[in-house]
Amino acid sequence: MARPVRFNLNPKDFTDRGINQVELPDGHMGEGFFATSFDKVVGLARKNSIWPLPFATSCCGIEFMATMGSHYDLARFGSERVGFSPRQCDLLMVMGTIAKKMGPVVRQVYLQMAEPRWVMAVGACASSGGIFDTYSVLQGIDQVVPVDVYVPGCPPRPEAIIDGVLKIQDLIHNESLRRRNGEQYKHLLETYGIQ
Amino acid sequence: MPIHNDHIKEKLNAQFGDGIISWDESSDILSLEVAPSIHLKLLTFLYDEPTLGFQFLTDLTGIHYPDQPARELGVVYHVHNLKENTRLRIKVFVPIEKPDVFTTTGLFSGANWMERETYDFFGINFVGHPNLKRVLNVDEMDYHPLRKEYPLEDQTRIDKDDEMFGR
Repeated sequence: MARPVRFNLNPKDFTDRGINQVELPDGHMGEGFFATSFDKVVGLARKNSIWPLPFATSCCGIEFMATMGSHYDLARFGSERVGFSPRQCDLLMVMGTIAKKMGPVVRQVYLQMAEPRWVMAVGACASSGGIFDTYSVLQGIDQVVPVDVYVPGCPPRPEAIIDGVLKIQDLIHNESLRRRNGEQYKHLLETYGIQ
Repeated sequence: MPIHNDHIKEKLNAQFGDGIISWDESSDILSLEVAPSIHLKLLTFLYDEPTLGFQFLTDLTGIHYPDQPARELGVVYHVHNLKENTRLRIKVFVPIEKPDVFTTTGLFSGANWMERETYDFFGINFVGHPNLKRVLNVDEMDYHPLRKEYPLEDQTRIDKDDEMFGR
């Protein structure tokens, strides 16, 4: 008698289906050792274990929930651990309309995050105010905090949010360890009145 | 059994004949416009008079008619007699240069935040309000955004001034 449920008796071969493992950075390898530069290892570790801090105020937040859910599953990119304390998180994801009254809150959350920190503006409202071109809405969160990646859409699909996370990963991967001490970075923060 | 409109009119005309500017019946609610000098007395009378008993303030809001000289800004009160299920709408108009209206917080505690909101958006000065400051907009805002002279869009931004956005 056939079994009612088909167990995985014939495991499929996944090697040609684009399952990626993180590639080794450039370096020297020998028996029992691997030598590479420190910032490449740090970048690799950081990029594949981003802790996002969701700051969700409207419909983009619903798309983010879909992104975190099993169907799209941001955990595939090492970001399943959503932190709800800014002190623990690396990536501030602002999703939704930020009213002018909420602006100082976003800024406060950003200030509470430890360096290195990245910011992603998800959706039209967080990026530019979107359709809310009005007296009460902040016209883009880049008026109060520096933004690394903007995700367009109203709201963006989960694929777009994932694409934004991958862009953030590229930034983290290629970022020099000394960037945060650089004059340019300090100047950027000064233009926002931070530090 | 709703209170008959004629009874309300009779009672109010007898008490405040001069102060009542006009009567109107639209959307099945009896409305009256009264002078700002008597509107608090009138609301108190409506509250205390046993045959009227309008003891619930449903809503209070502002309105701006720039084309009405010397009575540009208005405050609209919706009061409700919950026992008889009767509603009444009261309008007060004041000049925009001196938008002073007596507060009704002594009569209805619920008017506190509604008057703050009306002050926030229309700049109506509720005389005697215990805490008249902005409730919804940012404290730094230096104008009253729902007055007609202010366009809806934020005028401070510079990146939406191309023809795509019609600025």
